[in-house]
Amino acid sequence: MNGRLTITVDGRRIEARAGQTILEACQDAGVYVPRLCAHPKLSVYGSCRVCTCLVGGRATAACVQPVQPGMVIENDSDRVLEIRRTIIEMLFVEGNHFCMVCEKSGDCELQALAYRFGITHPRFPYMFPERPIDAGHPELLLDHDRCVLCGRCVRASAELDGKSALGFAGRGLRRRIEADGPRGLAGTDATGDDTIAEVCPVGALLRKGTAYRTPYGRRRYDHEPIGGDIDAPCGEAQEDR
Amino acid sequence: MTESSRRIVIEPVTRVEGHGKVTILLDERHRVREARLHIVEFRGFERFVQGRPYWEVPVLVQRLCGICPVSHHLAASKAMDLIAGVERLTPTAEKIRRLMHMGQIFQSHALHFFHLASPDLLFGFDADPAVRNVLGVAQKHPELARQGVLMRKYGQEVIRATGGKRVHAIVAVPGGVNKSLSAAERDALLADVERMTDWAEAAVGVARDYTLDNLEQIADFGSFTSSHLGLVRADGALELYDGLLRAVDETGQVIFDRLENDRYAEVLAEEVRSWSYMKFPFIRSLGPERGWYRVGPLARLNVCERITTPRAEAARRAFFAALGDPPCQVTMAYHWARMIEVLHAVEAIHELLLDPDITGDELLRSGTRREEAVGVIEAPRGTLFHHYRVDENDQVTMANLIVSTTSNNEPMNRAVRQVAEQHLSGRDRITEGLLNHVEVAIRAYDPCLSCATHALGQMPLAVELRDADGRLLDRRTRG
Ligand code: FES
Repeated sequence: MNGRLTITVDGRRIEARAGQTILEACQDAGVYVPRLCAHPKLSVYGSCRVCTCLVGGRATAACVQPVQPGMVIENDSDRVLEIRRTIIEMLFVEGNHFCMVCEKSGDCELQALAYRFGITHPRFPYMFPERPIDAGHPELLLDHDRCVLCGRCVRASAELDGKSALGFAGRGLRRRIEADGPRGLAGTDATGDDTIAEVCPVGALLRKGTAYRTPYGRRRYDHEPIGGDIDAPCGEAQEDR
Repeated sequence: MTESSRRIVIEPVTRVEGHGKVTILLDERHRVREARLHIVEFRGFERFVQGRPYWEVPVLVQRLCGICPVSHHLAASKAMDLIAGVERLTPTAEKIRRLMHMGQIFQSHALHFFHLASPDLLFGFDADPAVRNVLGVAQKHPELARQGVLMRKYGQEVIRATGGKRVHAIVAVPGGVNKSLSAAERDALLADVERMTDWAEAAVGVARDYTLDNLEQIADFGSFTSSHLGLVRADGALELYDGLLRAVDETGQVIFDRLENDRYAEVLAEEVRSWSYMKFPFIRSLGPERGWYRVGPLARLNVCERITTPRAEAARRAFFAALGDPPCQVTMAYHWARMIEVLHAVEAIHELLLDPDITGDELLRSGTRREEAVGVIEAPRGTLFHHYRVDENDQVTMANLIVSTTSNNEPMNRAVRQVAEQHLSGRDRITEGLLNHVEVAIRAYDPCLSCATHALGQMPLAVELRDADGRLLDRRTRG
C-alpha cells in the first residue's frame, strides 16, 4: 500500500502519499493551491497564509498541514477564495508595490496572484510605510518597499547557500528582513550567485544589472496566469496595472 | 503687481494632470502689461527618483508625463547608457531606439495636427467652436480625418513593435535594448510605410497651403523674434535622436554650435519666477532678459542646414523659399514645420525597416560605471534634457530635467501677450475672439498640457476678470 491514502478536495477524491502536505498532494493531482512563502526547494515555513484552505470547516495552511486519511478539504469555494483575496490585498497595502515601474513586473508572484484573483484595487487603505533601500552590495539590492516577509531568502541563504546572510528583525508592522551585520547586505558574505534573489517571489531582493531585460510578451506571467502550469485554468494574462 | 493694475485670468477647467491657466495683467490704463501661462508641472519627479536604482529611472520617468512617455523613456535611457559606461550602443540597439523615437514623433505630430490643430487651420480660428473641432473636420474633410487617425495608429504600431506595448512600452535598458524586431514585425510595418509617406507629404501640403493662403493674417499672429535651439548632426543636418546642441539668435547668427550634450549647463541657465513652479531656461551669454529661446519643429528647422531624407529635405527647401531665409519667426509656421518632420519621421522609419540591423540580435553592451551623465533628445515638442548623478551604490542622488514646454514657456507667454494686446487694448472684457486667439497661439507650440489634448481638441477655458482688489468683474467659460 506504500503509505497511500485518499482525501477529498472540493468534492473530488484525490490519492495522496502519507507525509505529504495538502499543497503537495493537491499539486500532484493537478489542483493549484496559491502560495507565496512556500517554495519547492525550501523548508516549510507557513507565514503568508495565501495557501489557506478549509479542512473540516477550519482555516488551515495547506503548505504546512500533512494529509490525513479521509480529510475533506475546501480549496475552491467562495469562502476560501474570499479569505485568500483578503490576504493578498493586505499584502499589497502593507508595502509599497508600484507594479507599473517595478523591474519584477510580469515575473512577480504577488502581482500574478492579484491578476489571478481579479484584484484591481485593494479594498483597504494603503499604508505607505517608509522603508529604506539597501543598495550597498555590488551585485544585490534589497528594496524593503516590496518585501512581503515570506522569508524565502532567509531560508535559501541557510538551506541552499550554506550561509546565514539574512534574518528577521523587529515585530509586527516593523518586522523586516535584515542582513547579518551593520553594513547591510554589503557586510554579509552573500554574492550575486547565491539563490536568495532567485527565490524572492516579488521585487524585493534583486540581482543588479538584470532589470527589464525580458521584453513584454516573454515574461513568466505574460501568457499564463500563476498556477496555470498546475491546473491550466482559462483566462488570459493581463497587461500591467 | 501694482495696486492699480488689473488681472484677467483665463483658466482651463482643472484636469487630473498638468493643466494651464492664463493670467493677463493690465496696467492702470488697461493696457496689457504681462501675460502668464501657468503650467502645473511635474517637478516632483526630480525628488521622487532620489535614492532609486538608476536603471529604474527610464521606466519611472514614463509616468511623469502621459503625453510623451516614449521621449522621456529614451532621454533617460541615453543618460543611463552613459551611467552604465556605454558610449556607443550596438547598431541594432541604436536603430531600434531610433525607430521607436520616429514612431513617437510620427504619432504625436499626427495627433496634434489632425486632432487639435486642423480645425483651426481648415475653418479659421474665429469659426464657431461648435464647428471648429475634430468632428467638424470629420464631416467636412472625411478623407483627411481618416488619414489622421490611421497615421496616428501607424506611429503607435511602430512603438508597439519596438517596445511590446503601445503605451508605457519598455525597450531601452542601460546599455541597449531588450528586443529587436522580428521579420514579421518588420514586414507588417513595411506593408504600410509607402502609403503613410504619401499621406505625410499630403499633410505637408495642407499645412503649406494654409500658411501661404493666410500669410498676411498669420504673419504677425502671436509672433515675435527670438532665438532658436535644437540638436543637429555633426554635419549640421536635422537630428532628432542623438545630436549636438546648436542655437541661433534672432538674426540667424550662431550662438553656440555642435556642443556636446553634457555641456548644456555651460550655455543654459534656469531662472525661477515667483508665480510659477516652472523654471525659465535662458541662454547664458544673452542673459535672462534676452536669452529665452524657442524649441520644437520650427526651431529645429531654423537651426539645421538640411534634412537627410529626400522628400522632407525638398519640403524644407520649399518652406524657406516661401517664407524667407532662416530663422523663420512666424509662430503659426510651427504647423508646417511639424508636418515636414512627420514626413522626415516616416522616411526615416522606412530606411530603418530596410536596414538588416533592425532584426539583429546584438542588443546590449556593458562598461564601467560612471557618476554623472546627461541625455538629450528632440522630443516632438522640442529639446528634452535629462541630467543625473548616481552614487557608487547605483542610487540616484540628483536629477534635473528641462522639458520642452519649459523652454517654450516664455515664447508662449509672449504669444499670449501679443494676442491679448490686439484684443484687449483698453477694454476689460474677455471676448470670444480673445479666447479663440489665446487658444490658437498656445496650441501652435503643442504644449504638454492635458487640457491641450482635451476631447474634441478644444481647450476648456474659464475666463475670469478681476479688478485690482480681486473682485470678479466678468467671467466666461467654455468646454
Ligand atoms: S504558502 Fe502556505 S503559508 Fe505561505
